[in-house]
Amino acid sequence: MKKLNKMTDRQKTYILMALPALILFVVFNTIPLITGAMYSFTNYRGYGSYEWVGLRNYIDLFSDSRVGNSYLFTFKYALAGTILVNLLSLILALGLNSKIKFKSMLRGVYFLPNILGGLIIGYIFSFIFTYIIPTVGSALHIGFLENSILASEQYAWIGVLIVGVWQAVAMNTIIYISGLQTIPAEIYEAGMIDGASRWQTFKDLTLPMLMPFVSTNFILSTKNMLMVFDQIMALTKGGPAQSTESISYLIYKNGMDGGQFGFQSANAVIFFVVIVTISIIQMVITNKKEVQL
Amino acid sequence: MSSSTKKLVYRSCEAGVNKKGKVGKSNIRLTILLILGCVTILFPLYMTITIAFKSPSEMTNDIFGALSFPKSFSFDNFAEAMRVTNFWNSLKNSIIITGITIIFSIVIHSMAGYSIGRNMSRKKGFKMIYFYIVSGMFVPFAILMMPLVKQTANLGLDNMAGVIILYTVFYMPMNVMLYSGYMKNIPMAMEEAADIDGTSAWRTYWTIIFPMMKPMHATVAVLTALGTWNDVMTPLVIMSGTENTTLPLAQLNFQTQFGTNYNLAFTSYLLALLPIVIFYIICQKQIIGGVANGAVKG
Repeated sequence: MKKLNKMTDRQKTYILMALPALILFVVFNTIPLITGAMYSFTNYRGYGSYEWVGLRNYIDLFSDSRVGNSYLFTFKYALAGTILVNLLSLILALGLNSKIKFKSMLRGVYFLPNILGGLIIGYIFSFIFTYIIPTVGSALHIGFLENSILASEQYAWIGVLIVGVWQAVAMNTIIYISGLQTIPAEIYEAGMIDGASRWQTFKDLTLPMLMPFVSTNFILSTKNMLMVFDQIMALTKGGPAQSTESISYLIYKNGMDGGQFGFQSANAVIFFVVIVTISIIQMVITNKKEVQL
Repeated sequence: MSSSTKKLVYRSCEAGVNKKGKVGKSNIRLTILLILGCVTILFPLYMTITIAFKSPSEMTNDIFGALSFPKSFSFDNFAEAMRVTNFWNSLKNSIIITGITIIFSIVIHSMAGYSIGRNMSRKKGFKMIYFYIVSGMFVPFAILMMPLVKQTANLGLDNMAGVIILYTVFYMPMNVMLYSGYMKNIPMAMEEAADIDGTSAWRTYWTIIFPMMKPMHATVAVLTALGTWNDVMTPLVIMSGTENTTLPLAQLNFQTQFGTNYNLAFTSYLLALLPIVIFYIICQKQIIGGVANGAVKG
C-alpha cells in the first residue's frame, strides 16, 4: 500500500515537471499556429475590421506572380545551397579529419562562420560584392566582375547563395567530422588489404558508414536554406526587381507592413505544408538508403 | 546513428584488432591546402578590421584603400560607432536575453526532457507529448510571426521579456529531444535507490539527476546561445515598438545612419561581432564539442 502511494507521488511529479514546457508550447506555438491558419481565411490587413473570405486567399496565391517568384527563388536557392553546402563540407571534413598539422586550430577557423550573425556577415559581404570585386574586375578588365553581382536581376541570387553557403558549411563540416570519427580505422585497414583505391574506399566504405550523418545534414540544411531571411535583409532586400525575394522575406514584408496580413497568412500556411512535406520525403528516402546497408 | 552502423562498429571492435593504428607522418600538402583555404574565412574578417580602424580619408578608390593596413590604429571610429548604435545598451540587452533564455532552457527543458524520457517508453501520454513538442521543429517562424506580434502585444509582452519567452519556446523541440535522449545514459537505479531512502521525486531530480545531465546542459547552452545571440527576426518583429535593441538589430536599425561612412559602419560591425568572437576564442573546445554532441545525439 505504501509503495503504491509512493508511485503516484512520483507520477504526479513527472506530470508537474512536463507542465511548464507544455503550457508555454501550447500558448506560444500551437495557439499562434491556429490563429495564423484562421487569419488565412480572412481579408485582415493587420488592423481594422475584417471579413471571412473562405478560400479566396488560397486561390489568389496560385495566380499571384510575386508569390510564385518567391517560391521559385527559394527552391532554387535551397536546392543549390543544400548540394553545395554538403559537397563542400564533406570535402572539408575529410581534409580536417586526416593526419594534418594544426588540426584543432584549422577546425577552429573553419567553424568560425557558424558563430557569426547572418545579418552582419551579409553587410560585410555586401561591401565585398559592391566595392571590392568590381574594383578588382575593372583593374584586371574582367567584364563580368566590373558590376556588382547584387545589382544584376539575373545573378543577384548567386551573391545571396555565396553568403548563405559560406556560413552554413561550418556547421555541416562539424557534423561530418563527428560522423567520420565513428568509423573505426580497422575498416580502412581491411580496405587497404583488399587493394581498394582511394575513391573506392570513399565510395564503398566511408560514404555508406556516413549515411546517417548525410541524411541529418541534408534535412538540416534544406530546412535552414528554405527559411533564408537574414542574408536577404542585409544583401538585397529582395531586389533587384524582386528577384531575390524569399518566402520568409515576402511574408515579413507584405504581411507586417504591406496590409496583407490575411493573404500572407495563407502563404505561410502553404509554406508550412511545403516544409513538412519536403522533410518527410527526405526522411523516407534517407531511411530507405540506411536500411539497404 | 542507424542500427546497422552501430552493429558494424561493434563487430570491428569485437574482432580485437590493434586499435593503435599506424604512426604516419602528417600530410604536409593537405595541411598547406587547408591553411590556404582559411583565406576564404579570414579575408572578410581581415577587411572588417582594416576598414574599421581607418578614417574615411584613407579610403582611396583602388582596392588598397579598403584592404591596406591602417596607418595608425585610431579608436575615434569606435567611440562614434558606440554612440550612434547605443552599443553598451544593445550589448546589455543581448546578454540579458541570451543569458535568461539559457537559464530558462536548462531548467524548463531539462525537467520536461527528464519526465518525458523516463516515461515515453511505458506511457502513451508522454510519448504523445514528446512528438507534439518535437514536431514544433518543422513550424517555420514565418507562420507564427504575424499572430505572435498581435498576441505578445495583447499580453504586454512586446518587449525583451516576450522575446525571451518566445526563444524558450522556439528552442524547446530541439532541447527536449536532446534531454530526453540523454536520459538513456542515466540508469533508473538512481531514482529507485532514492525512493527506498524516502527522498521525494522532486528532490531526487534536483540533487541527483540534474547534476548528472551536465554534459547535455553544456550542449543545450551552446546551441541555444548561438541561435539567440545572432537572431534578428524575433526582436525585429516583437520589440520594434520599444527603444531597446539587440546587437544585431542595432546594425539593422542604424544602417541608414552610417550613410557612405563605411569606416563607421564597419567599426560598428566589428563591435557587434567582437563579444561572440572573444567568447569563441576562450571556449572554442566547448562550443565545437557542444555542437558536435548535439548533432550526434539528434
